[in-house]
Amino acid sequence: MCGIVGAVHFDGSWSDPYVLVKMLAQVSHRGPDANGIYTERGVGLGHTRLSIIDLEGGRQPMHNEDRSLWVTFNGEIFNYVELRAELQAAGHRFSTRSDTEVILHAYEEYGPGCVERFNGQWALALWDKKRRRLFASRDRLGVRPLYYTSVGGTFLFASEVKSLFAHPGVDRRIDPCGLNQIFTFWTTLAPRTVFEGIWELPPGHNLTVDEGGIQIERYWQPDYAPPAEPLDEEECVRRLLDLLIDATRLRLRADVPVGAYLSGGLDSTVTAALAVHATDAPLRTFSIAFDDAEFDETRYQEEAAAALGTEHETLRCRGDEIAAAFAEMIWHGEKPVLRTAPAPLLLLSKAVREAGYKVVITGEGADEMLGGYDLFKEAKVRRFWAAAPDSAFRAGLLQRLYPYMPAMQAQPLAYRKAFFHVRPGDVANPLFSHLPRWELTSRLKTFFSDDFRAAVSGHDAYADCLALLPQAFDRWHPFCQAQYLETVILLPGYILSSQGDRMAMAHAVEGRFPFLDHRLAEFAAQIPPRLKMKALDEKYILKRAARNLVPESILRRKKQPYRAPGAKCFLDDVSGRESAAAGSRHELVDEMLSPERIRQDGIFAPDAVGHLVEKVRSGRAIGVKDDMALVGVLSTQLLVDRFVRHFDAHCAGGDHLAAAAIEQFAYVPSGQGPASPAAHLAL
Amino acid sequence: MNDIAESLRRFARENFLFGRQDDFSDADSFLELGIIDSTGVLELVAFIESTYEVRVEDEELVPENLDSIDNLVRFVESKQSVAVTSG
Repeated sequence: MCGIVGAVHFDGSWSDPYVLVKMLAQVSHRGPDANGIYTERGVGLGHTRLSIIDLEGGRQPMHNEDRSLWVTFNGEIFNYVELRAELQAAGHRFSTRSDTEVILHAYEEYGPGCVERFNGQWALALWDKKRRRLFASRDRLGVRPLYYTSVGGTFLFASEVKSLFAHPGVDRRIDPCGLNQIFTFWTTLAPRTVFEGIWELPPGHNLTVDEGGIQIERYWQPDYAPPAEPLDEEECVRRLLDLLIDATRLRLRADVPVGAYLSGGLDSTVTAALAVHATDAPLRTFSIAFDDAEFDETRYQEEAAAALGTEHETLRCRGDEIAAAFAEMIWHGEKPVLRTAPAPLLLLSKAVREAGYKVVITGEGADEMLGGYDLFKEAKVRRFWAAAPDSAFRAGLLQRLYPYMPAMQAQPLAYRKAFFHVRPGDVANPLFSHLPRWELTSRLKTFFSDDFRAAVSGHDAYADCLALLPQAFDRWHPFCQAQYLETVILLPGYILSSQGDRMAMAHAVEGRFPFLDHRLAEFAAQIPPRLKMKALDEKYILKRAARNLVPESILRRKKQPYRAPGAKCFLDDVSGRESAAAGSRHELVDEMLSPERIRQDGIFAPDAVGHLVEKVRSGRAIGVKDDMALVGVLSTQLLVDRFVRHFDAHCAGGDHLAAAAIEQFAYVPSGQGPASPAAHLAL
Repeated sequence: MNDIAESLRRFARENFLFGRQDDFSDADSFLELGIIDSTGVLELVAFIESTYEVRVEDEELVPENLDSIDNLVRFVESKQSVAVTSG
């Protein structure tokens, strides 16, 4: 995997190589193997490389045969072998074995529509010299990130916001509406980010920049229109398994060894099993273990590793280690979070890196594509209950939800009913499935300061969400409606970014996701909902397909999504354990959540936060909501500290990159441009 | 104001409103107003049991007993009078 940056200057001026290098330095963690920049009149491209395919030949930014196209690309085009064969048959000549070069020739052959032929994960920017146009694209489901902004007459893009902030002209301010979205949906809704003026290209979209301006166009979205002929169960099992096998086969394509994550759950056991079956080499697997039994899944991880015969490694993670990693987690995630779950994944990717691995296969996406989350169950039960609201039996089904959360289990039934209650009009709301989660999260806005509330008073976050819904949404089965919301909001906005790409790429580890193969996504959307959730049996069709792949105990396991210890990591005095990291834990809270700091930053109300901290410190905060509140407030304060207030102190200098060998592909026609861009780099 | 009502209101303000202005009446439903949610009920029960030295049975965990200041006062007073008569 890699990092990309770039600039387009509408006035035809030259990019300052210094600035490009500084931008690139912010994402050098994504690409420790090589760096390159390219400049010509009006455009500058930068690339920092994690070498995975064609280690020798795949250097970037890369040009086509006559240098009329240049690309900088983060990702993998898994079907590059097949595409290359097609393009060669059409007369194109290749000089490398890389997937990057396939992009160039595919664009030559098919134009911007080329991305529809890609099976992969990508954020790419291609400079089309003849048309004087920058073409950028992001993969269908949001695996790889791409941000952009405009400053003066310059369009800037980058893999991470830090690179944009490294440009001297770019302001750094929190967008109150973005934060309002985070405290509703757990993420912003692309193209909005939590920073004013910084935009995110949504998944499944292309962007074109030229003299005429910026155009953004969607080329793909999930479509849950049922097939003309409904699929029967046996056919679904067969096709699902075939697609999974092929998706995994493609994702093992690499010139470096590929490992796998094992969470102990069904999805990653399936992907690891498929990887085992696809190769002769032993598979290295990696897991996280927690001292806290509520979150630990060691037993299942070890069962899976033993059954699959993998070389297994477990990283033990303590609460104080999560607290110690929290600031770095925010630096990489660039977004407030309501859960600490990304932090152990940051530590895990470091272990993977230290074990000598650059690529891991993992099970993300299965819950979205095949209906695994309890949220889908919840929506089904609530609808069922709403059809006969006085039925005690129907209401009692709520008891079966959330078996893994002890506090939820202890709730009296009468109160669970109230929390999930179906009010008049709720069932007709397109957002029905997600209302309990979003309404619970929105309660956290009680911590906003009066000024901040005023700033967002006119902003209706739910309206933003409704505006995203495609026309066909109303005609889809309710189960599919819930899947859609999860697939386009939480999956790219949190699971694949804060927990996924950012945590792995912090240590230059590339995640690959068989369940996010677009052919599988498209097929899964056609599977009848009754096969995705059979009564209250989630991912039924996957369990059938996986019958001979994974141990029985994993198939039978109750659904437990990946979670990590939360607020207690920061203020847990109960253990009384001496820990070297204990000091930093309290410091972080004391510093970022002090009344003075809260008042200065102006987002939250100092007294309310003070009460919250005290409540957590005293051990009285046992609910999910208070946990999310502490993590949410702390992560937001950290975000402001690291990005808005003290970015210069935390950002990377450009020196280490300049000192390393940067390949400069600068094409400087004689007499034009800066005298010797290369000289600037010889610091 | 009734002592029990006062201490309950103070508890609610500190724990569920985090010190913010409380503008709810003694009759208002906590759930409807979003003042206390369903996990907050467990904290409330812990508070009642330790503060008023009563035991709340599982079947008593219903909104009729817990979902407003008025309901709570009535519930706690009835529990205390039972304790007195059986003691």
